[in-house]
Amino acid sequence: MEAFLTSLSNANFQWVLVGSLLLGFASGVIGSFVLLKKQSLISDAMAHAALPGVCIMFLIFEVKNVPILLIGAAITSLLATQAIQFIINKSRIKTDAAIGVIISVFFGFGIVLLTYIQQNSSGSQAGLDSFIFGQAASLVKSDVQLISGGAFLLVVITVLLFKEFKLTLFDPQFAKGIGLPVSFLNGLMLFLVVAIVVIGIQMVGVILIAALLITPPLAARYWTENLGIMAILAGIFGAISGVSGAVISTTVVGLPTGPVIVLSASLIFFISLLFGTKNGFLQRRVRGV
Amino acid sequence: MQAINVTNLTVSYDRNPVLENVSFTIPNGSITGIIGPNGAGKSTLIKSILRLIPSNSGEVEVYGKPYGQQKQLIGYVPQRSEVDWDFPTNALDVVLMGRYRHIGMFKRAGKAEVAWAKECLKKVGMQDYAQRQISQLSGGQQQRVFLARALAQDAMVYFMDEPFSGVDAATERAIIELMKKWKQEGKTVIVVHHDLQTAEDYFDHILLLNKQTIDFGETKKVFTLENLEKAYGGKIAFLQRTPSTAKEPTAHGSLSYQPE
Repeated sequence: MEAFLTSLSNANFQWVLVGSLLLGFASGVIGSFVLLKKQSLISDAMAHAALPGVCIMFLIFEVKNVPILLIGAAITSLLATQAIQFIINKSRIKTDAAIGVIISVFFGFGIVLLTYIQQNSSGSQAGLDSFIFGQAASLVKSDVQLISGGAFLLVVITVLLFKEFKLTLFDPQFAKGIGLPVSFLNGLMLFLVVAIVVIGIQMVGVILIAALLITPPLAARYWTENLGIMAILAGIFGAISGVSGAVISTTVVGLPTGPVIVLSASLIFFISLLFGTKNGFLQRRVRGV
Repeated sequence: MQAINVTNLTVSYDRNPVLENVSFTIPNGSITGIIGPNGAGKSTLIKSILRLIPSNSGEVEVYGKPYGQQKQLIGYVPQRSEVDWDFPTNALDVVLMGRYRHIGMFKRAGKAEVAWAKECLKKVGMQDYAQRQISQLSGGQQQRVFLARALAQDAMVYFMDEPFSGVDAATERAIIELMKKWKQEGKTVIVVHHDLQTAEDYFDHILLLNKQTIDFGETKKVFTLENLEKAYGGKIAFLQRTPSTAKEPTAHGSLSYQPE
C-alpha cells in the first residue's frame, strides 16, 4: 500500500495510469466490433505478428526509437492478416488452420530475431523483451503520450462512425445496398485493430494484447443487448483492467503488466458470466433454461 | 415507364458462369417474381443488379438512368438467414437502419426518424415489439422487421430475396398486403421466390431463370408446363397436373419443387 502511495505521487506513474485507462477503454470499444465481426482469433494473430516487425526495425535502425519500432509492428501485423486472407482464398486450408499457421510463423520468426538481438550488439540493454509481456513501469512519458493520444483518437473515430460500423457489422449487404462505403469501413475497422495492437504492445505485450480486445466485450455482452451500451461497458471493463494491471505490476516489483491486466479482465469476465443479467449462468439457472 | 431495364447481365464465380446474358425489362407499378430451381442464380441476379457482387458485363438502368445515379430509389430486403440475429440490437434499431442514408454520415437518428421507423413497424403489425431484442423474435417477426426496414427506406423499386421462406401465415399475408400496397402507390416490386404453388397468385410478371432467361413476361404467358420443364429440367415429376389446373389441394402439393 505504501509502495502504491509513493508511486502515485510520481509524475511518470500518473501518466502510466492515464495511458492504461485510455488504452483499456479503446481496446474494449474496438474489441466489441472485433467480437461481432467474429475476428477475435485474427486479432490475436495480428498481435503476435507485431513482434518480428519491432525486431526488424531495431535491427535496421539500431536504436530503440518507439515510433519507428511501432511502424514495423504495424507493417508485419497487416502482412499477417493479408497472408491469412491469401491462404483462405487460394488454398483448401480453412480459417482456423490458416490463423494457426500464421501466428506460429510470425511469432516464431519474431522470437528468433529477438534472441539474436539480445545476444548481439547493444540489444540486451534495449529492453525489447518487454514487448512480449508488456512492462508499464518501463514506459517513459513520450511512450505514454503516444498511447493516450492514439487511444483517444481511435475512440473518437468509433464514436463518429458508430452508426455506419454497426450497420456494416450487422448487415453488410444492406449497408452496401444503401450506398455505404462498406469496403472502406471494413478497412478502417482493420486499421483500428492494428492501431490498438500497435500502441498497446509496449504496455500489454504481443502475447496478451488480444485478450484485452476479446475479454472485456465478452463480459459486456452478459449485461446488455444494445451495441452502444455494450461498447461503453466493454470500454469501462477494459479501463478497469488496464489501470489495475498497471498499478499492481508497478507496485509489485518484477510482475509483468500484460498478464496482470489480462487476469483482471478475466476476473470481470467470470463475474459477468456468473451474474450477468443477459443470459448469465445464474439467471439461466433461475429461469431453468 | 420502365422501372428496371437489365441488358445482357453476365456473372461468374471462379470462371464458372452463374448468369449468362440475362436481359429483361420490368414495367413500373408491377410485381415480378424471379423463379427457378436451386442454383439457377436467382439471388445472384438481384445481388448483381444491386451491385452487391461484381458482374462481368451488362447494364442496369433504373427509370432510364444508370443504376449508380438512382441508388436512392432502391429498397432491399435481404434473405433473413444472411444476418446474425444474435447481434446486440432491437427491432426499432434495425428499422432505423433503413433511414441511415437519409440521416447522413456522422449523425444520429433524430426524433422525426425514430417516429418514422415506429410508423413503419406499425404498418407491418410489429409496433409492440419495437424494443424487443431481435434474437427473441420469431422467424416471421424477423422477416416483418426487415419489411419495415424496407418501408423505412421509402424507395420506388423494392427487391426482396425469398421473403416468404420459413414465415408464418400472418407474415405471409403481411408481405402480400405490403406488395399490393406498393403496387397501388406505383412502386415496383421484384421478388426472388422458390415456391411454384403460390407463384401464379402473387405475381403479375414472372422471370423464369436457370442461368439464362428461360422466359419473361406476364404470368399467364410464362407459367406454362413447357417453360417450367425447360427451367427445371426433368425434375418435376407430376407436371402433368399443371399449374393452371392446380387449384385443388392435391395437385398443388405435387407441384412444389423438391430440391435434390
